[in-house]
Amino acid sequence: MAQALIDLAHISKSFDGTLVLDDLNLSVKENSFVTLLGPSGCGKTTTLRIIGGFETPDTGKVIFDGTDITSLPPNKRQLNTVFQKYALFSHMNIAENIAFGLKIKGKSKSYIDDKIKYALKLVNLDGYETRSVDSLSGGQQQRIAIARAIVNEPRVLLLDEPLGALDLKLRQDMQYELIRLKNELGITFVYVTHDQEEALTMSDTIVVMNQGYIQQMGTPEQVYNEPENAFVADFIGESNILHGTMIHDELVEIFGTKFVCVDKGFGNHAPVDVVIRPEDIDLVEPADDLLNGVCTHLIFKGALYEMEVTTPDGFEWLVHSSRLCPVGKKVGIHVDPYNIQIMNKPESEDEEAINLDE
Amino acid sequence: MKRWKQNLHKIWQDFYLVIIMIFLYAPIATMIVLSFNSSKSRSQWGGFTLRWYTEMFASRNIVSALHNTLLIALLSALIATLIGTAAAIAINSMKSIPRIFFMGVTNIPMLNADIVTGISLMLAFIAFGISLGFKTVLISHITFNIPYVILSVTPKLRQTSRSTYEAAMDLGATPIYAFFKVVFPDILPGVLSGFLLAFTMSLDDFIITHFTRGAGINTLSTLIYSEVRRGIKPSMYALSTCIFLCVLLLLIISNFAPAYKNAQHNKTIKKREGNSYEKNNEGKLKQN
Repeated sequence: MAQALIDLAHISKSFDGTLVLDDLNLSVKENSFVTLLGPSGCGKTTTLRIIGGFETPDTGKVIFDGTDITSLPPNKRQLNTVFQKYALFSHMNIAENIAFGLKIKGKSKSYIDDKIKYALKLVNLDGYETRSVDSLSGGQQQRIAIARAIVNEPRVLLLDEPLGALDLKLRQDMQYELIRLKNELGITFVYVTHDQEEALTMSDTIVVMNQGYIQQMGTPEQVYNEPENAFVADFIGESNILHGTMIHDELVEIFGTKFVCVDKGFGNHAPVDVVIRPEDIDLVEPADDLLNGVCTHLIFKGALYEMEVTTPDGFEWLVHSSRLCPVGKKVGIHVDPYNIQIMNKPESEDEEAINLDE
Repeated sequence: MKRWKQNLHKIWQDFYLVIIMIFLYAPIATMIVLSFNSSKSRSQWGGFTLRWYTEMFASRNIVSALHNTLLIALLSALIATLIGTAAAIAINSMKSIPRIFFMGVTNIPMLNADIVTGISLMLAFIAFGISLGFKTVLISHITFNIPYVILSVTPKLRQTSRSTYEAAMDLGATPIYAFFKVVFPDILPGVLSGFLLAFTMSLDDFIITHFTRGAGINTLSTLIYSEVRRGIKPSMYALSTCIFLCVLLLLIISNFAPAYKNAQHNKTIKKREGNSYEKNNEGKLKQN
């Protein structure tokens, strides 16, 4: 197990009286790809800026490789940032942009030239040394911004929604590029995004944030398959979130119908939230011991059909399947036990935050 | 029929434009013509001469006034540019309410009548026991020039994103190095046009100079004013022509330099949009 490279301990930050981060604890392991994921205003960018040194936390500490760097200015930190809007220096050419950090460190000309060549090769822009910033497309500018950051050999690369301004196709290409870069460089990436697909594709660890709290931290599979609360389930992927009652271990009742599940330890007759992913629902012939409904919507989405099944209680179930079910057809809903995810109901907003120390 | 009507419309438009140009430039043209007139009469053409120009440069008064004018314009523009740029940076990084307040405060002296500024500056100098002379004129010019610099630097600062400054710091630059290497080149056009504007304003000013200059010192404008009271000499026409041409030159530089730069910039953007090889390049990426 690699040791923690960055440790955020009890970080709080507010702007003009609005609390943005509330007692946040987060540790980033060396050589991992950690993504801070959440809706806008959840505090993810502020967290990144605190690591980068552009904001000072009101309380708490930033520990980097065992040293407290809370009050260290950005130019003294061993990490580099790739900004959302590239932030290239438009009056310098590409080579000068990349050389900026190296010149400050007083490296020799031949060293700098080698580094520029190496970095441009790494981001697939060989031969662009003398081009002007204005003559590059958005995707190319972003790759130059990455090259400019990595020539300084940072221990950690911070990326603040670096693909936000690019179109879909280019964004997908760049996701693979980033994974490749990460593997070639072997450094730690801390990545901020609001795009759950980006987070699932690239990360080792996803930190789901909302309203200044960490909602869940785990591998992409954990966060997707075992969301810890309704917010995470709703934010990552599409899901059906239902009110249920835990009859006893491994049996949950939803809308008066009993479903076998695999979760234990919620107590008997306890109210719970139940998450069922749309692709985990099988539509079968209606039967008495099943929850039955009528298909009310059908959309063809290419790889699958998206259907809505309305049950007598009025709930519209979202179903993804490669098998078509015509509108108006009566169906029964079947879910395999291990695809039913049970969560405690949050009693207050504060409880939604998960204390990672425990 | 319709064509004829269109033509009439066009003629009327041109006529209107010509009238405006005449109103604006006929007086100046008259003065320029008279400055080459060998007859001292204002209504008779006595042949072409450069006599008044040589007389002008031979006059000690005029040369010393010219020297004062240029020195004050240059110094006041330089100092105002320094102070104004620093002030613009400070104002720009303020929160919105103080920013609006300070922008308002800097705008007031610009809108204020020159005579009010002039008299109040004079009173202030006298009240604080500063004898009127070269330095008081210089201080006054710096004072009224600062708002112009702030006004031309601020929009440039707004355009520069804060993230380039942060990126420079991120790459190891100290705040001062980051400012001069990254922010300053971006706002340089605004700083230069602020400097030129300040220089022109200072060159142009009569009223404020008149009130703050004291006895011993003349600039071109105050010199012309006092000469005119004694009866106009044609060398004054020559002098005014020179001033007009200088100001015109400055105006052309300050207006066309940024426009030229923009045109260059647009050209590169157009070139970029027209290029298809970029797309091919993105495609190549995947293969790699």
